[in-house]
Amino acid sequence: MRAGIAILTVVAFASVPLWLRDPYLMNALITTGIFIVGAMSLNLLLGFTGQLSLGHIAFFGIGAYVSALTSLGFDAGLPFGFRMVHEPWPPIIGFVLAIIIAGFCGYLVGLLSFRVRGAYFVIVTISFAEVVRLVALNWVELTQGPLALTNIPSITIGLPGLGDLTLRTKLQNYYLVLSVAVIAYVLISRLVHSHFGRAMRGLMENETLAVSVGIDVTKTLTLAAVISAGIAGAAGSLYAHYIRIIDPEVFAFINTVTMVIMVITGGKGSLAGPVVGGMIFGLLPVFLRPIMAPEAQWIAYGGVLIVILFVLPRGIVRSLAQRFAKRRSRVETVAPVAFSKRDAAKEHA
Amino acid sequence: MTAPAIALKVEQVAVRFGGLVALSDMNFSVSEGEIVSLIGPNGAGKTTAFNVVTGFLDPTHGAVSYRGTSLNGLKPHQIADLGLIRTFQRTSVFPNDTVYDNLLVGLHRQGRVSLLEAILGLPRARSSRRRLRERASELVEWVGLERRAHDLAGSLSYGEQRLVGVALALAAEPSMLLLDEPVSGMNASETHTFVQLIRNIRDRGVTILLVEHDMPMVMSVSDRIVVLNYGRIIAEGSPDVIRNNPAVIEAYLGQGAKRA
Repeated sequence: MRAGIAILTVVAFASVPLWLRDPYLMNALITTGIFIVGAMSLNLLLGFTGQLSLGHIAFFGIGAYVSALTSLGFDAGLPFGFRMVHEPWPPIIGFVLAIIIAGFCGYLVGLLSFRVRGAYFVIVTISFAEVVRLVALNWVELTQGPLALTNIPSITIGLPGLGDLTLRTKLQNYYLVLSVAVIAYVLISRLVHSHFGRAMRGLMENETLAVSVGIDVTKTLTLAAVISAGIAGAAGSLYAHYIRIIDPEVFAFINTVTMVIMVITGGKGSLAGPVVGGMIFGLLPVFLRPIMAPEAQWIAYGGVLIVILFVLPRGIVRSLAQRFAKRRSRVETVAPVAFSKRDAAKEHA
Repeated sequence: MTAPAIALKVEQVAVRFGGLVALSDMNFSVSEGEIVSLIGPNGAGKTTAFNVVTGFLDPTHGAVSYRGTSLNGLKPHQIADLGLIRTFQRTSVFPNDTVYDNLLVGLHRQGRVSLLEAILGLPRARSSRRRLRERASELVEWVGLERRAHDLAGSLSYGEQRLVGVALALAAEPSMLLLDEPVSGMNASETHTFVQLIRNIRDRGVTILLVEHDMPMVMSVSDRIVVLNYGRIIAEGSPDVIRNNPAVIEAYLGQGAKRA
C-alpha cells in the first residue's frame, strides 16, 4: 500500500505541469521542491539519528557555491603568491562536485562533533554555517562577496541519441527537481531500512544498549551526516543552476529554520514528513501573499505552525498514520455488532 | 581431560572515582563454558566490574583480557565485536520498536553488507536481510515471546522486557554473555524459566558471567561464585563453599548474625 501511495504521489506531481500553466506558481513549486530535498536530508539526521543540524543550510549553500564556481570558473589568489585558476566546466560536473564536497564537509563536522553530540552538534553546525557565510561574504575574489555570483549557467544533460539538452525552462527544471527528489527519497528510504538505518534508530532510542550489541556510534552518525550533507549539497546545486544567481544570503539562518519547520511539522522520522511539511510551508507564502500584508503573512505562518504542532504534535504524517492505525485496529478488534451500533447511532444523530 | 581454556581474565583491576574506591585489586578469571556469578551487597562494585569488562568504564589500574586479547582502551562496540556481550540492569530494550525490530537491531553484527549494496538492494543485501529476519523470528521463539513479537518493546511487562534484553544480547552472537541482575523484578516462576534459559545458553557453548541478588537462583545456576564487598574480593568458590564461608555470611548479614 505504501508503495502504491508513493507511486500515486509521484504521478500526481509529474502531472502538475499538464494543468498548471501559471509561471509564478511553477516557480514556487520548483523552489519548494528544492527545499524539500534539503528538508529530506535534514530529516535523515534529525528524524533518524536525533541529531539537530541547525546549520544545515551550510551544506546547501556549499553545494550551491561549489556548483556555481565549477561551471563559471574562477581565478582567485591564495597566500604565498599562489593562484587558483579554474576554467569553466559543464554544470553537471558541478552538481557531482557539489555532492562530494558538501558530503566531505558533513564528514568533517560529524567527526568534530559526534564524539560529544547533542547540544554540541547543534552549536558546531550553527557556527559552521556562520563561518561559511562569512567566507562567502569576504572572499570577494572567489565568490564576488555581496555582489553575488551571476549568470550561473543552467544544467545541461547529455541525452543518448538526442544530443545535449540545456534545462532552461521552468517545465524542464520542474522535472529535474522532481527526479532528484525521487532519487533522494528512494536513497534515504533504502538507507533507513538497511541495517545502517536500524543502527541509527537504535542509537537514537538507547545508545548504551546499541553500543553493547556492537554498533559503532561515531561511524554510524558520521555516515548519516555525510549522506545528509551530500543530499543537501545536491539541492544547493539545483538551486544555483535554477535561480542562476547566488549571494551569501543563501546561508541565512532563516533558511535552516524553514527546513527544520518543514521536517517537524511534516513529521520527523517519517520519510514522507518533509514532503508534506515542505509542501505546506513552501507554498503557504504563495497563497498568503495576495490576501495579506507582509507583516501579517509572518503571523499567519507562525499561526499555522502552532496549530499543526498543537493538533498533531508528532507531525502531520506520523500523527495521522497513528490515528489511522488505531482506527483500523479498533475495527478489527471490536465486535462487528458494537461497531455497527455505534455507526448507526452516529447516522441517527 | 585438560582444564578448559580461560576466557576472561581480570587482573589487579582498580577503579577510583575521585577519592571513592569502587574496586580495588580485583583478580578473577572465567573459563570457557563456565557459569560464574559475581555477588555482593549493594555498592560492592559488581556493576562497576561489569562496566570495566565491557569497556563502558576505563579502569584506573589493571588489565582485562578476553581470549588473550587485551581489552584496555577498546571501545564498547569493539569489545562487543570480540563476542563479549552484556545486558543491563535497567535500560534493556529499544522501547519504541517492536520486539522483532529490537532483535533486528541486535543482529547488527551479523547484517553487515556494504552501504552501496544495501542502497542498491543487491542480491547479497537481500539474502542477508532474509537471513536476519529468519534469525530474529528464531530468537523471538527461543525466549518464548512469539505472541508479543509485534508489540512495542516498551509496552511489555518488566519480566518480558528482560527477556527481550537477553534475546538482544543473544542476537549479537556472544561467545561470552554478561548478565547484570537479569531476574530482578521477576516472579518465582519467571525466574525458574530464566534459569533454564541460562543453562540452555551455556549448553550452546556460551560462557556466562552473572551479577545477581537472588541467592537461591545464584546458588542453583552457578558453577563458581565470586563474592565482592567494598570493592574487593572476599571469597571465591563453588556454591557450597560460598554458602558456608563465614566472611560471606558476615558481609551479607553483619556481625550480629553470629550471635543470633
